[in-house]
Amino acid sequence: MRYLLMICTDENAIAAQSPEESAAMLGRYGTWAEEMGSRGVLQGGERLRPTTDATTVQVHDGEVLTTDGPFAETKEQIGGYFVVDCKDLDEAIEVAAKLPAAEHGTIEVRPIWEM
Amino acid sequence: MSSAVDAAVAGAFRDEWGRVVATVIRVTGDWDLAEECAQDAFAQAIERWPRDGVPRNPGAWLTTTARNRAVDRLRRAATGQLKVHEAAVLSSSDEPGDVDDSGVSDDRLRLIFTCCHPALSPETRVALTLRTLAGLTTSEIARAFLVPEQTMAQRLVRAKRKIRNAGIPYRVSPAHLLPERTAAVLAVLYLLFNEGYAATEGSDLVRRQLCAEAIRLGRLLVALMPDEPEARGLLALMLLHDARRAARVDARGEVVSLEHQDRTLWDRQAIAEGVELLDAALRRERPGPYQVQAAIAACHATAPDAASTDWVEIAGLYGRLAAMVPSPVVALNRAVAVAMADGPDAGLAMVDELERSGRLAGYHLLPATKADLLRRVGRGDEAAVAYRAALELAATDSEQRYLRRRLAEVTA
Repeated sequence: MRYLLMICTDENAIAAQSPEESAAMLGRYGTWAEEMGSRGVLQGGERLRPTTDATTVQVHDGEVLTTDGPFAETKEQIGGYFVVDCKDLDEAIEVAAKLPAAEHGTIEVRPIWEM
Repeated sequence: MSSAVDAAVAGAFRDEWGRVVATVIRVTGDWDLAEECAQDAFAQAIERWPRDGVPRNPGAWLTTTARNRAVDRLRRAATGQLKVHEAAVLSSSDEPGDVDDSGVSDDRLRLIFTCCHPALSPETRVALTLRTLAGLTTSEIARAFLVPEQTMAQRLVRAKRKIRNAGIPYRVSPAHLLPERTAAVLAVLYLLFNEGYAATEGSDLVRRQLCAEAIRLGRLLVALMPDEPEARGLLALMLLHDARRAARVDARGEVVSLEHQDRTLWDRQAIAEGVELLDAALRRERPGPYQVQAAIAACHATAPDAASTDWVEIAGLYGRLAAMVPSPVVALNRAVAVAMADGPDAGLAMVDELERSGRLAGYHLLPATKADLLRRVGRGDEAAVAYRAALELAATDSEQRYLRRRLAEVTA
């Protein structure tokens, strides 16, 4: 089964990291991705720019409305995502729990709706 | 239908419903189909057993009947559809009771671990366990939890949908997850028991029956996990509490405290069984919070009268429990036991410390306990202040009546 792992963290805290902290964090993601890649679990994923760079788009009566910022103001924001292919939810939970962000943020595990 | 056959069907329903549903879920992976086919199998039993006699192994008869029915229905649904592979899988699938890669041979254990998966909310775990394993109807579960039937039906539908869509595995957790997941299963049974235990005599019968269901499922878990001392500890704990049922409420419906209960009303047989289970669990030398709580309950249950309660032992047990479960409520109970064992001043020191920590702010039993201890050391004015604080926080009438009586005593 495929799952989307959404990495929800406080982006202000991430922005406040020192270059050393930032490098250490990226190193841990690298280790995680290496393990999940060799296990055949990892299918893809990206880091996202902060919500200050986000734009929201809606169409009302044929008119495109664009707004600066994310769709909702929340304490934590989606900072990145991975798509993983796991045996079941237990494996997806194990994989999610190994993400560095699980220690200070939240990982939302969503099954992908296969069409 | 003869009453003997009636009783056989009713008995089979109580004992075998969970097994029938659990097996059909394993074979088909379809929870709704499993429930429907189990119902069909019981309907067939009502029809056939009076005519053909009660089968020697009713559980096997019902399981086979339900399973065949499921296979039939899937085959019929598969005709002309892409579901053919499902029916093909079914016809070659293993017999009930086969061991899978987890080494578990009983489908009911798979079912209970799946129902109690941490990805489901606690209320959902309880409801799903009662529906699929214990065979209570949706309307019975709704009444027991005081929610509208529609709400409960939706909760069950959502739970089954999540199990399917989120890929919650139908199995007993593997070894590295087992301690944590077993704790979740035990917590569901204890929650179930406490729901029933909190129900008063005036409440709906279904609500009170939750205790009996929790004990029945506890027995099943002990049988299925004979090497798990905490399962035995939990069953012992439930039996020891349930043994006091008849003495807990007086003729006017008022709750009677342990100290003032008529101990001749206690169920001696349940106490003996609880103590025996606890001893068997303790022999494995893998203590846990349920065993310790059962040991505390056993101290009370085996004391001939309130005065001969072994408070030194109980205070020691609460000390062990507090080390295992860092809960402020446990700490408060420990303070009460220490006050009984070593005198009110020792207990008061612990209550003061808890109060300073702020961890029980808003909990009426904190000032109420403090007030009782202050009263016992003769500090009536301070006790009155604490009783008034407790009165402001107490939610139920009977608690308020108790506190007012005490307040009147210290201000007299």
